[in-house]
Amino acid sequence: MADVLDIAVRLIAIVAAFLVLPLIVGQMEHKAMAHMQSRLGPMYAGGFHGWAQLIADGVKFAQKEDVIPAAADRRVFAIAPAVALVPYLVVLIVIPVAPGLVGVDLDAGLFFVLAVMGVGVLGAIMAGWASANKYSVLGGIRAAAQLMSYELPLVLAASSVAMAAGTLSLQGIVEQWRWWWLPWQAIGAVVFFVAGLAELRRPPFDMPIADSEIIMGPMTEYAGIRFALFMLAEYAGIVVLSALTTVLFLGGWHGPLLPGLVWTLVKIFVLAFVVIWVRVSYPRLREDQLQKLAWIGLVPLALLQLALTGVVKVLIT
Amino acid sequence: MNEYFGSYAVVVVLLLIGLGIFAGGLFANRLLRPNRPTPEKLMTYECGVDPVGEGWAQSQIRYYVFTYLYVVFAVDAVFLFPWATIFAAPGYGMTTLVEMFVFLAFIALGILYAWRKRVLAWT
Repeated sequence: MADVLDIAVRLIAIVAAFLVLPLIVGQMEHKAMAHMQSRLGPMYAGGFHGWAQLIADGVKFAQKEDVIPAAADRRVFAIAPAVALVPYLVVLIVIPVAPGLVGVDLDAGLFFVLAVMGVGVLGAIMAGWASANKYSVLGGIRAAAQLMSYELPLVLAASSVAMAAGTLSLQGIVEQWRWWWLPWQAIGAVVFFVAGLAELRRPPFDMPIADSEIIMGPMTEYAGIRFALFMLAEYAGIVVLSALTTVLFLGGWHGPLLPGLVWTLVKIFVLAFVVIWVRVSYPRLREDQLQKLAWIGLVPLALLQLALTGVVKVLIT
Repeated sequence: MNEYFGSYAVVVVLLLIGLGIFAGGLFANRLLRPNRPTPEKLMTYECGVDPVGEGWAQSQIRYYVFTYLYVVFAVDAVFLFPWATIFAAPGYGMTTLVEMFVFLAFIALGILYAWRKRVLAWT
């Protein structure tokens, strides 16, 4: 009975984090992006600096008509947002936020995370294809191409950490972590973060949803609650990517003075801020530049990191 | 063994919760939303002009080469994970390290070949 209660509390905490953290990141994006562009951003909803803007948006989305185009493949169109969203919730279960504070500590945690995160991109491909819209199909295919190209550097960079720690359990990886891993795994960290950004289709890697040329790509035909779920998936993706980078490369809960949970959250939000910062700073990459960056830039760098990790690890043991 | 599958059972429970959130959202939406479809509203949106031809039109897909590359390398990369956890264990050391360099050389050579064949260039 105590076990069941324990698991129930953990699951409730994960679901709460899944529903709240993306909203905080979204609000942070509204405000940070606005100030970087000399605007104020939302100021009215909720009174104080528009803090309730996203809640108001959610209420609005929940009341909107559910329009499914006549030409669309209805069933695939309807479930695509779930395929995009649910994997990010499931991934959260293996991310440790403090010693012992983790949903379940899977032996193959890292493998599990990479596998499940890949499923999220399928949502965009399904949405693009099922919309029966030329621009959406283009966007969906671009999303697929992006997944193909950036999954490899992502996997290689992550396996470098697994080599360093000698385990695939995320909890185990953070326990093994030492401060000198920062310079040691620096290349891998950059490769992982950039490839992760590309998998989330965040600017400057937003060619699949490029709003000014293919009008939001896979999301063109979506409206109301289903569109809102796609947006939630995007921000949940930012949270998951930041949390994973924190756990794998920045030492998770390690840090002086403050308790572990606080350190984890601080690192996650700093990385989420970087995601927003990058969005505001860089223009969109062209499709061929995108592919080139993955194959000629990130993959060789990730291989270099693997070699470096292997040599150092064998020398010190 | 039971313990092992027990932890995955929790993952399945969370998956079901996730589907529940999705279904709940749609259900709430169904109770709250208006429903007044018109032919114009259900038309495919393409820049505001009536769509020409159908959405699943033929198009040139330039990305299939990347798919091939990905399949080749990702299958390789999967083998890294079991190896990564034990390569530095006592009794392995230098031998496994050299093996890894052979492995990395194969992947690097593959990418070099693709690059020289101008597969990675935009056509």
